[in-house]
Amino acid sequence: MDLSFNLLGNAIVSGVLLGGFYAAVSIGVSISFGMLDIVNIAHPAFILLGSYIAYIANTWWGVDPILASVIALPAFYLLGVGIYSVYEVSFERRGDTSLRGLAFFFGLLFITEVTLVLVFGVDYRLVNAPYIGPSIHLGEIELPLRLLVPCLVALVMFGVLQLFLSRSFLGRAIQAVAQDPQALRLMAANPTRIKRVAFGLSIATASIAGAVLIIIQPIEPSIGRDYIGRIFAIVVLGGLGSIGGTLVAALTLGIAENLTATFYGPSWSPAVAFGILLLTLAFRPRGLFGRA
Amino acid sequence: MRNTSFIALLIAAAAAVFAAMLWVGNGYVFFAGYVVLQYIVLATAWNILGGYTGYVNFGVAAFFACGAYSTVVLHKLWGPPLVVMILVGGAVSGLIGLGTGYLTLRLRGTFFGIATLAMSVVAETLITNWQFVGGSRGAYIIRPEHAPHLPLDYIQYLCLVMLGLSVLAIATARAIEHSRLGVGFATIRDDELAAEASGVPTLRLKLIATVLSGGFMGMAGAPLPYYVTYLDPSSGFNLTYAVNTIAMPLIGGTATWLGPLIGAVLLGTLQQVATVTISSALSLLIVGLMLVGFVVAAPNGIIGWFKPAVRTSMRRLRGSR
Amino acid sequence: MSDAPLLEVNGVGKRFGGFIALADIEIAVQPGERVGLIGPNGSGKSTLVNCICGTLRNETGSVRFAGQKLEGKAAHQRTRLGLARSFQLPRPFTTMTLAENLRVPILYAVNVRSGHATVDVEARCDDLLRMVGLADKAHRLPRDLTQIEMRKLELARAMASEPRLLISDEAMAGLSHGEVDDILALLLQLNAQGVTIIMIEHIMRAVLAFSQRLIVLVAGRKIADGDPQAVVRQQDVVEAYLGS
Repeated sequence: MDLSFNLLGNAIVSGVLLGGFYAAVSIGVSISFGMLDIVNIAHPAFILLGSYIAYIANTWWGVDPILASVIALPAFYLLGVGIYSVYEVSFERRGDTSLRGLAFFFGLLFITEVTLVLVFGVDYRLVNAPYIGPSIHLGEIELPLRLLVPCLVALVMFGVLQLFLSRSFLGRAIQAVAQDPQALRLMAANPTRIKRVAFGLSIATASIAGAVLIIIQPIEPSIGRDYIGRIFAIVVLGGLGSIGGTLVAALTLGIAENLTATFYGPSWSPAVAFGILLLTLAFRPRGLFGRA
Repeated sequence: MRNTSFIALLIAAAAAVFAAMLWVGNGYVFFAGYVVLQYIVLATAWNILGGYTGYVNFGVAAFFACGAYSTVVLHKLWGPPLVVMILVGGAVSGLIGLGTGYLTLRLRGTFFGIATLAMSVVAETLITNWQFVGGSRGAYIIRPEHAPHLPLDYIQYLCLVMLGLSVLAIATARAIEHSRLGVGFATIRDDELAAEASGVPTLRLKLIATVLSGGFMGMAGAPLPYYVTYLDPSSGFNLTYAVNTIAMPLIGGTATWLGPLIGAVLLGTLQQVATVTISSALSLLIVGLMLVGFVVAAPNGIIGWFKPAVRTSMRRLRGSR
Repeated sequence: MSDAPLLEVNGVGKRFGGFIALADIEIAVQPGERVGLIGPNGSGKSTLVNCICGTLRNETGSVRFAGQKLEGKAAHQRTRLGLARSFQLPRPFTTMTLAENLRVPILYAVNVRSGHATVDVEARCDDLLRMVGLADKAHRLPRDLTQIEMRKLELARAMASEPRLLISDEAMAGLSHGEVDDILALLLQLNAQGVTIIMIEHIMRAVLAFSQRLIVLVAGRKIADGDPQAVVRQQDVVEAYLGS
C-alpha cells in the first residue's frame, strides 16, 4: 500500500511538471488557433527548430539552452510575421483557409521535418545543462530538475503573456481581434497588423518551448508529430481564446498521461491526448473556459 | 459522355497501360508502376472528401495502414484470395471513416482535420501495441511466385489489381460529379449553412464522402503487405503517404477526377525517378515544397491553368436529375 | 379546412452564455398571411429566424409548422417541409452559376418532397430567374452580381424550394428607393401566389405597405402584435425606436 501510494504521488507530481511543459508547448497554438483562428498544425515543427537551435548553441558554444532560446526569440518572431503575411495574402483574403490554408501548414510541417532530417539525420540529440540529472527530494516525492525547470519556465512565459494580453494596448487589441475583428476595424485599428504581431508572438513561444523540449527529452525530427495531437487536445479542452484554460488543460493532460504511462505503460500515452480531444469535441466542444 | 461509355474508355485505357507494361518487360516497371497506381487510388479517394466537400483528411495513414493491417490479420488467420482482402480492407477503413465522421463532422471543418491527424497517431499506437500483427517488430508476408488463375508473376498481378482499383476509383469520382450527390458535395464546400437551408442533408452527405474516401484508401492499402513483404507500423503509417496523397490533388487540381490523376502520375513518377537519382529524403522535400508552392500560388492546380476550357466543357457534360 | 396556424412559435427562448437573446416568444402565423417583424438592432430577430429554421437550437419552447413539431429536425428537413428563408447577408454558392444555385433546392427539397424528379429543371430555374429579373445572367457567377442582384438571387433560391412559408430577412437593407420597390413587388407577387411571408425589415414604409400584421421585438421579447397602424402608435414601440 505504501509503495503504490508513493508511486501514485510521484506519478501525479511528475504529471503536473509534465503538464507545465505541455503548457509551454501549447501556448503558441492557444494564441494562433484559440485567438486568431489559424490552424497552425506546423507549430510542433517550429518547436523542434527551436530545439535544434538550442542543441547547436549548447554543443558548439556551451550556451545554456534556455538562454539560447531567449536570444533566438526575435528571429522566431520575424519568422512568424513572415509566415502570417504569406498566409494572409494567400488564404485569408481568398477565403480558403479550411482546405488550402490547412494544407499550407501541413506542407510547412513536412518541409521542416524533412529538412531537419537532411541536416541532422535521425539520431537522437540532447543537451547538457547543470539541471539535467539531479532531483530535489521533498519527503518521498521526487522532483527531477529536468522537469521542474521547464515547468517554471513555462509558468513564467504564461505569466508574461497573460500580463501582456491584459495590460498592454497591443495585448488588448489582440484579445479584441479574437472576439470581433469587424468592430476592431470600425475603431480604425488594422486587424491584419495586429494578427501579424500575435502570430509572430505565437511562433516566438516555439523558441522557448523548443529549448524546454530538448531539456526534457532527447529529440529527433519526427517527434513533432506526437505533439500535434497533444497540443490541439490541450487547446480545445482549455477552450479557444482562454490562455488560462490552456494552462489548466495542459496540467490535466500531463497528469492523465503520466498516470496512464505509470500504470499501463508508456506506449499508450499518445492515445490519451486523442481520447481527451475526442471526448471534448463530442461533449463540450467549447472546452472548459472557451467562449460559448 | 455517359457514365457507361466513360467506364468502357477507362477500362480500355487501363488495358492499354497494362499491355505496355508487359511489353516493356522490365520488372522495375511493375514495382514503380504499382506505387504510382496506388497513389492514383489514394489521391482520387482523398479528393472525394477533400476536393469535393472541402473537408481535409490528414489521417490518410490511418485508413491506408488499416487496410494493410487487415490483410495481415486475414493472412495470419486463413489467407483468403487478394480480392477478398481488398474488400475487407475497404470495409474496415470505411467503418473507421464512419466512426470518425460521426464523432467530428458535426463540428467545423478545421476540427475534423485536427481529429483525423490525431487519429492517425492513435491508430499507429494501437497497432504498435497489438502483438498479433507483430507490434513494433512488424510482420513478414511471403509474396507468392505466381498469380492465381493467370499466367502472370505476382507483382504483375498486383499491378493489374491496382489498375482495376484505379478504374473503380476514377469511375466512382466521375459518377459522383455528374450526379445530385456531386451537387450536394459542392454546396457543402461553398457554404454549408446555405446548403442546409436549401434542403441538402449535409451531415449525411459528409458521412457518405468520408466512408467512400476512407473505404477506397483502405482498398489501396490492402495489397501493400504483399508488395513490401515486411510491414511494420512506422512504414505503414509513414507520413509520406499522407503528404503525397494530399499534395497530388492539390497540385493536379481538386475540382474534378482529372486533377488527382494528373497529380498522382506526375508526382509519383517524379518521386520514383528522384529516389533513384538523388535521394528519397530530397525527393520528399521537393514534394513538400511543391505542395506549399502550388497551394500559395496556383490554388486551382495544374487543371486551373487550362481552367476556362475545362470549366465550360464540364458544364456541358454535367447533367441534372 | 381547419383554422390551424401554419407556423406556431410557443414560448421560445434562447441564450448565449449569460446573454438572453430571446425570451418567451409567442407567435402564430396563419396560412397566406403577410406578417412584418421589426425591432431595433440586436433585438433578436435573426436569432428567432435561426431558431425557427433550425440553424440554432432554442433551449425552451417549441416551434410547430403545419402541425408538426420541429424539435430535433435539422434545417434541411425543415426546408423540405416547406419552410424557407433568405439570409440577411447573401450566401450564394460561389463556384456555381446562378442557374446552378437555383438547382440545389429543386434537387434536394422539391424532388425529395414530391418523391420524383422535376421534369424540366432548366426551365424551372429559368422561370425563377425571370421572376426576379436575372434571366440574362443565368450562366454568370455570383461574384459578377451587384448587391441588389445578390439579394434577388437569395430570394429566388429560397423560392426554388417551393416553400409554403418564406422568411425574408432584411432583403432590402441598404437598397435605393426603386430597388426597395422592386423587392416589395416581388414579395407581394409571391404572396399572391399563395406563399405565406414573414418580412423582417427596418424600412418602415415597406413594412407598412406590406404587412397585414406587425410584430415588434425588443431586447428578445415581443412587445407588440397586431394591426400595423395601431402598433406603430403604441407607446412602448415608439419608445423602443426613439428612446423615452
